[in-house]
Amino acid sequence: MGWARKILRVDLSKGSCKSEPLNMEWAQQYLGQRGLATKYFVEEVDPKVDPLSAANKMIMATGPLTGTMASTGGRYSIITKGPLTGAIACSNSGGYFGAELKMAGWDMIIFEGKSPKPVYLSIENDKAELKDAAHLWGKTTWDTEEIIKKTHQDPQVRVSSIGRAGENGVLYACVVNDLHRAAGRSGVGTVMGSKNLKAVAVRGTLGVSGIKDFKGFMAATVAAKKVLADHPVTGQGLPKYGTQVLMNVINEMGALPTRNAREVQFEGARDISGEAMHEKRPTDGKANLITNNACFGCTIACGRISQVDKGHFSVVNSPKYWGASGGLEYENAWSLGAANGVNDLDALTVANFICNEDGMDPITFGATVGAVMELFTMGVLTKEQLGVESPFGSAQALIDFAHMTAEGRGFGKELGLGSKRLTEKYGHPELSMTVKGQEFPAYDPRGIQGIGLGYATSNRGACHLRGYTVASEVFGIPVKTDPHATEGKADLLKAFQDATGAFDSSGTCVFTTFAWTLADLQTQVDTACEGGWSMEKLAELGERIWNMERLFNNAAGFTAKDDDLPKRLKTEAAASGPTKGLVSGVEKMMPEYYKARGWDAKGVPTKETLARLGL
Amino acid sequence: MQKSLHIDPNKCTGCLQCEMACSYENYGMFNLSKSRIKVFAFEHEGRKVPYTCTQCADAWCMTACPVDAIRIDAATGAKVVHEDVCVGCKVCTIACPFGTVNYVADSGKVQKCDLCGGDPACASACPTGAITYVDADWTGLDKMRQWAGKTDTQPRASA
Repeated sequence: MGWARKILRVDLSKGSCKSEPLNMEWAQQYLGQRGLATKYFVEEVDPKVDPLSAANKMIMATGPLTGTMASTGGRYSIITKGPLTGAIACSNSGGYFGAELKMAGWDMIIFEGKSPKPVYLSIENDKAELKDAAHLWGKTTWDTEEIIKKTHQDPQVRVSSIGRAGENGVLYACVVNDLHRAAGRSGVGTVMGSKNLKAVAVRGTLGVSGIKDFKGFMAATVAAKKVLADHPVTGQGLPKYGTQVLMNVINEMGALPTRNAREVQFEGARDISGEAMHEKRPTDGKANLITNNACFGCTIACGRISQVDKGHFSVVNSPKYWGASGGLEYENAWSLGAANGVNDLDALTVANFICNEDGMDPITFGATVGAVMELFTMGVLTKEQLGVESPFGSAQALIDFAHMTAEGRGFGKELGLGSKRLTEKYGHPELSMTVKGQEFPAYDPRGIQGIGLGYATSNRGACHLRGYTVASEVFGIPVKTDPHATEGKADLLKAFQDATGAFDSSGTCVFTTFAWTLADLQTQVDTACEGGWSMEKLAELGERIWNMERLFNNAAGFTAKDDDLPKRLKTEAAASGPTKGLVSGVEKMMPEYYKARGWDAKGVPTKETLARLGL
Repeated sequence: MQKSLHIDPNKCTGCLQCEMACSYENYGMFNLSKSRIKVFAFEHEGRKVPYTCTQCADAWCMTACPVDAIRIDAATGAKVVHEDVCVGCKVCTIACPFGTVNYVADSGKVQKCDLCGGDPACASACPTGAITYVDADWTGLDKMRQWAGKTDTQPRASA
């Protein structure tokens, strides 16, 4: 079967590593990765726990398709209680680390307690031990990976680590693996840092060998790969432009939140688009984009590898940024660019390099910079406080802020708190573009109504990856819906959220869902997991996960009041483009959503709903 | 017609489907450490390069083997390790200038690419055409076509 049937429990306080059998009864109900790890988490952790205390736990989890030949089958997730939001946090990453962990024979690692000193976990198949990380503390994720590979004398070891942001208490620190893949959101890296855990290094040579119906599984993966190859989005658009295929499209429809969401269109969108990444720079005659890039097992390859002009002001004295590295995805190009009015493609790329290098979420970081620039424009924050002139559009401020935040210097300490805490401190909480304390990403709810409902209800705070109704509202996948309409969006969102829960629990990437439906996932899961996995069971699994996460958040203190969008999106109408005059109708959609979910008017799952889902 | 593996690194995305397919074909499991083809990442250049045995015509590994465990498959031209004969002395791993013959501690034998008997699993699994199995006498055909496309000796209707 696809599961390794073994979990590693690491008690950081005691310094012990123990093997446990995977709870197969739970595996049948929660599949793996997001679902199964969240089940373990809610069973073991008090929802009221301080996220940065030793009592919080952190789980790194693979799915049953991780480490197999299923396309995109290399994913792992990190589940914990997030310090940015105080809600359940679940961040998903690709690269090669997840598959390596599975090939070492582990479905997941549960970290508990707090180490008295910096350590890293070293795994070589069934051998796991905590090692001193004094020499790694203070290092970037890039240096950490290099040093571990040298120390182990093994270039094939895979490393997942935190950078200086995670050590310095930046509340949105990532965990970065394979140099530029990240479990990005909600501050899972901050939790890792709070436990004095610097890195996890894995080498797995056992492989995945227990699938009984190997032939059936291989046939299912081949058929599913063909679906991806034949689809215009996964077969052509994403490989060529990456998610950056969206920049011009979303801008033209008037749904690109610009300058801290004061506007919905950015005049510099073209300059920072996927198309622009292909074009030769006037300065050195080279294109920003070097090539596209795949994570483990991925036949889409949406990843970007970029290189900036060595003469660019941001790198002219820093040769370490001269080489090729992880380039801009759409959300990051938006958050580092449109959200603060910067149209300098190389500056955004370097800011993105810094986010990878020191492990911080570019969405929250960029959106926080946007809020700071608005405060600067209003005269609330000054150059003396910030250390740099910070009007909207300043690439210099963006780069300075990235360094300062990653290194915990000067105003960077405050930027590291995220926009909610920062704007509250300076008396303008209305300028924080967040839900449950987390910044929303690159789609304006005034122009795309369904995704606004998605932000408001996402269990990890504002997020596009929990229910990507944009697929329907913009691309017509699986059916076209009017982005300006609120009718029917509650049901649409619920369907997206539930299906996503199944994908996030399988070990595959949610980007497959541009082409795959649950039917394509079902054949692969069913053959890998020894049958009994119908489409209905997978959809119900997603719904069960959603409600389980909701129960955790409710118990942590969240209420219906927290299912809301920033006031700006509800009261300041879009000023240009096809969206002109519109605001978000989130309040209209919310009662319909609660009803569709089987929740009461306060957003609490009813007894009937819980009984139906076996919760 | 003799065929050979042809690798075009420009098309490689680093997905490792080739390594997985190789391990599945030869060991019935998904295991990168059992693969006979490896993809190398040159991170700072943004390049990924698949690399495996080129099946030398005059193969150093075969010449070096003291027990004749490496023999030519007449159908494919592959230099194939016969595990029942191999004594695991590793001399072939020293003789091979390219590092593509490697010792397997689990079995006590060496392993190398054997072209899967004429239907290489890596080429079938590669989603981008970075690894193909083509006419052994015409591995340069793609490059020739590219350069041919750059010649401009005839007037074109649309010019």
